[in-house]
Amino acid sequence: MSDQSDLISLRQSYLDRISGAADADTLEQVRLAALGKKGEISGMMKELGRMTPEERQTRGAELNRLRDEVDTALRARKQGLEDAALDARLKDEWLDVTLPGRPRPQGSIHPVSQVTEEVTAIFADMGFRVAEGPQIESDWFNFDALNIPPEHPARQEHDTFFMARAEGDLRPPHVLRTHTSPVQIRAMQATGAPIRVIAPGRVYRMDMDQTHAPMFHQVEGLALGRDISMANLKWTLEEFCRAFFELDEVELRFRASHFPFTEPSAEVDIRCSWEGGKLTLGQGNSWLEILGSGMVHPKVLAAGGIDPDQWQGFAFGMGIDRIAMLKYGIPDLRAFFESDLRWLRHYGFAAGDVPSVAGGLSR
Amino acid sequence: MKFTLSWLKEHLDTTASLDAITEALTDLGLEVEGVTDPASRLKSFTIAKVIEAVQHPDADRLRVCKVMTDEGEKQIVCGAPNARAGITVVLAKPGDYVPGLDVTLSVGKIRGVESHGMMASERELELSDEHNGIIELSSGEVGQKFVDWLALNRPEAVDPVIEIKITPNRPDALGVHGVARDLAARGLGVLKPIADVSVPGTFPSPIKVVIAPEVAEKAPFFSGRLIRSVENGPSPEWLQKRLTAIGLRPINTLVDITNFFTFDLNRPLHVFDAAKVKGDLHVRPSAPGEELLALDGKTYAFAPGTMIIADDQGPESIAGIMGGEHSGCSDETTDVFLESAYWDPIAIATVGRALKVNSDARYRFERGADPAFTQKGLELATQMILDLCGGEPSEVVTAGAIPDTTRSYALDPARVISLVGMEIPEAEQRRTLEALGFRLEGDQAFVPSWRPDVLGSADLVEEVARIASLTKLQGQPLPRPQAGVPQPVLTPLQRRESAARRLAASLGYNECVTYSFIDQPAAALFGGGADAVRIENPISSEMTHMRPDLLPGLLAAAARNQARGFMDLALFECGPVFAGGEPGEQDLHLTAILVGNTTPRDPYASRRKVDIYDAKADAEAVLAEIGAPAKAQINRKLAAWWHPGRAGNVALGPNALATFGEIHPKVVRHFGIKGTVVAFTVRIAAVPLPKVRTPSRPALALSGLQAVERDFAFVVDPQVEALTLVNAAAGADKALIERVTVFDQFTGLEGGKKSIAITARLQPKDKTLTDAEIEAVSAKIVDKVSKATGGVLRG
Repeated sequence: MSDQSDLISLRQSYLDRISGAADADTLEQVRLAALGKKGEISGMMKELGRMTPEERQTRGAELNRLRDEVDTALRARKQGLEDAALDARLKDEWLDVTLPGRPRPQGSIHPVSQVTEEVTAIFADMGFRVAEGPQIESDWFNFDALNIPPEHPARQEHDTFFMARAEGDLRPPHVLRTHTSPVQIRAMQATGAPIRVIAPGRVYRMDMDQTHAPMFHQVEGLALGRDISMANLKWTLEEFCRAFFELDEVELRFRASHFPFTEPSAEVDIRCSWEGGKLTLGQGNSWLEILGSGMVHPKVLAAGGIDPDQWQGFAFGMGIDRIAMLKYGIPDLRAFFESDLRWLRHYGFAAGDVPSVAGGLSR
Repeated sequence: MKFTLSWLKEHLDTTASLDAITEALTDLGLEVEGVTDPASRLKSFTIAKVIEAVQHPDADRLRVCKVMTDEGEKQIVCGAPNARAGITVVLAKPGDYVPGLDVTLSVGKIRGVESHGMMASERELELSDEHNGIIELSSGEVGQKFVDWLALNRPEAVDPVIEIKITPNRPDALGVHGVARDLAARGLGVLKPIADVSVPGTFPSPIKVVIAPEVAEKAPFFSGRLIRSVENGPSPEWLQKRLTAIGLRPINTLVDITNFFTFDLNRPLHVFDAAKVKGDLHVRPSAPGEELLALDGKTYAFAPGTMIIADDQGPESIAGIMGGEHSGCSDETTDVFLESAYWDPIAIATVGRALKVNSDARYRFERGADPAFTQKGLELATQMILDLCGGEPSEVVTAGAIPDTTRSYALDPARVISLVGMEIPEAEQRRTLEALGFRLEGDQAFVPSWRPDVLGSADLVEEVARIASLTKLQGQPLPRPQAGVPQPVLTPLQRRESAARRLAASLGYNECVTYSFIDQPAAALFGGGADAVRIENPISSEMTHMRPDLLPGLLAAAARNQARGFMDLALFECGPVFAGGEPGEQDLHLTAILVGNTTPRDPYASRRKVDIYDAKADAEAVLAEIGAPAKAQINRKLAAWWHPGRAGNVALGPNALATFGEIHPKVVRHFGIKGTVVAFTVRIAAVPLPKVRTPSRPALALSGLQAVERDFAFVVDPQVEALTLVNAAAGADKALIERVTVFDQFTGLEGGKKSIAITARLQPKDKTLTDAEIEAVSAKIVDKVSKATGGVLRG
């Protein structure tokens, strides 16, 4: 009968060989020698069958313990050897992480597009649809329908571009629309009242100097209902300016003015400061004119096919480029249309920077 | 329009401050563009008295003065020759800013003697150029503000000049009296009435006036009279100062009077030197070849039929706009013919524009002078001529008749309140209109003759709102059209435009906005430049025609950027192009160009020249983004500005959704661009919209059976198109072949042939494929491809 002592020395000898194994092959040989089919411990376990039940019980438990202990040590050593090998490999796998990433082209959205979407997002929330109209426009839509008859002095002040007329074509020449207001008429004719639309787009005037370009962008607004008043207009514009310029407070000043297509008409100024040569909106003691507005003239409603005795409402128009310049501090209007890559990159917006009322207009 | 505060006060009895007046003007719609207030620079100066003046111990030309000021006795060193005891002077103290010297004073030591301020000369205070000595006042108390002394003794020196902008609907405000009327209506004072003057004539006018029937509608009324034995010459100082204050040059009394009436009462007049007029004055259409040397020194050649005033010698005046040099009044004038007429605004505007002549008279007549004031103005001016030049007036001669402008509109006080959104009581509404000169009878408001702009009830609302003050208007929330979450507001096309734009930017293109008009040669290169899209009055020769395509603007932009050293470019524009000159002959394109290399140089050799497959991939990405169907054809029906062999259309039948490819080298050369340019254009509106819009997707059909991929390489002729090959292969078994893709191309084989390698993915539907089945499909593919392209399987 054997006693425990042979197992104690056996255990120690295998544990030593395991911890001494320097590579996976040596370790495998130790495993085979101990736990392989013909291994020493396996052999001892086979002998259990010849023992009495009592001997088997004691000896079996001891051998099981020994086998588990050796097995655990083998696995631990195997893991250790693998980790060491991986560590050694990773040490060689060094790259210069300061090298630049593969270049990707950086596109951009033009400020005019971005600001148009900002304006659209705000007015969409107030229930204004986006309407469109042609840029080569008949003089009826551009002028007559807006209560600017042919000899009205306002026509001269519009610095209109005229399209050439073929010989024998006696119609009045078409014009490049001088404002987005003709879209009011087209929208009214299309859907009648009630109506709420904005109409952003290109407009053209014969003017070119430091602050003027012969093409620029306007957004028109029109809201008609049973009882829409000038006070509603003021609120709407206050809300717009507060949201667009991202200010907690704005103060607008309505000033009586004249536009043939609205009555009463008001020019709208926003409170600002020029302190230190820097424009700050929303505070200060100066006023900056930002848009023209008023209550839609009965003749304009009639031209749009709407009964002025039944419906009333407001209209306004403002320069998209101008409010873009004010909001983003862009100095020169003409640079908007020069496509200088440096300008496009500096003042442009990221493709994913989609303005929304929920997420905010600018990042 | 400029006027001074004291001039305004000739028409308005008011104690309102300058600030109150300018604020009210802007609010009333008479926007103040500028105020020059001389008093603002002189506010700090006070009056002082010199008690003693002794020789400076160290300087011959300086005196040390003891000066009594509001702060006690001060010592001041002074170099003026007239500094002496007993005189009353203007004192500038340490801390005061002296405008004429552009200096802020401090306590100084002059040659060892302390000096507490200075006594000022006229030039130092910018009152005049006088600098021979310090100001000596004939009156004034120590400590009195100098501006107050000036206001009493030299009011013109502290008279603020106000400049306002007049909108085209307000001719009545082109005279100081009209401005005063608005302010009085606002409650800033009382309007002083215009004197009712009638000067009887003592003899018949030797010059008669005649309106030719051809111009009777353009010249409704013409009146005048002769005043003989006048003494012309420089006008009195008050009149000269009034005119110079607003930037007008005094000429002589008669001319100055006409200018004064123009600005004071909005009544342009003309004075003819009667000695130079031969026969009567005829208002008539000009005859061929007639011309006039006008008072501005320019000669105007009249198109036949232009309305003029002529005597027996020919034209003497551009009627209602400007007189002629020949019959103008000079210091030698002794007999003057004074004209006061009412002209049709449109007639004046038409002539003024045709002749490109501007004058204060044209400006007023084309906006509308007060017709009812024509005769009254003549009488008032006669009186002023008699007062200033003496003389003897003839009886008045007239032709035509004053047009009757009587009209009335209903005032609906409730509607005023509803439109403006402001509680303005009915009594206040009526008071406002009456203050502006309207006459009220029941609900009818009769429009005053000086308000040609008031043409309906809506104009009454404007008048009431304007006087009530829009500045005071309080905003009131505009309720949403319906409660709850707002509806989407963009049309599908508008959404696509925005999506296409943002996708192009995400692909690396920089968005440009270029002008809608381009030069004719560039337009012609892109199928445009016809007369139908020509601008009659272009602002420059670079901007004469509406663009037929977005490429010319982008190519010009590329050339400009290359000139600045940017050689790798990815630019796009999304905007309108114009096929014709009628409204609506307009389409929406997104066009992008690539020039140079795909990326800057990098350590990984990623850099390569851009080619048409970059453009094609981007075009397809944009098309996919806006919902174009994936199965489109490629054709080569190309416009002339594309490279004939290196461009194609992505099309649905005859409908080209997009074009991509290389720009024709000749076009590239025209724009002066270095290297090749590849581009694509997506016709956003050409992409069909889905017939039914539903957020729901079709069910996802996933097969549990293993798909099989088989590769084939075919040797084909060089101009066999890959798509032909792919379509042939896919057609071999439409049920089984899920997808065929090209994964390799190899050119330059024997006989110029090329090899195209494809992979076909076979997706069984009901059972796993056997080897025999796969072989059978493969054989069919080879057969189909061979029949379609003549290609053979590469060994």
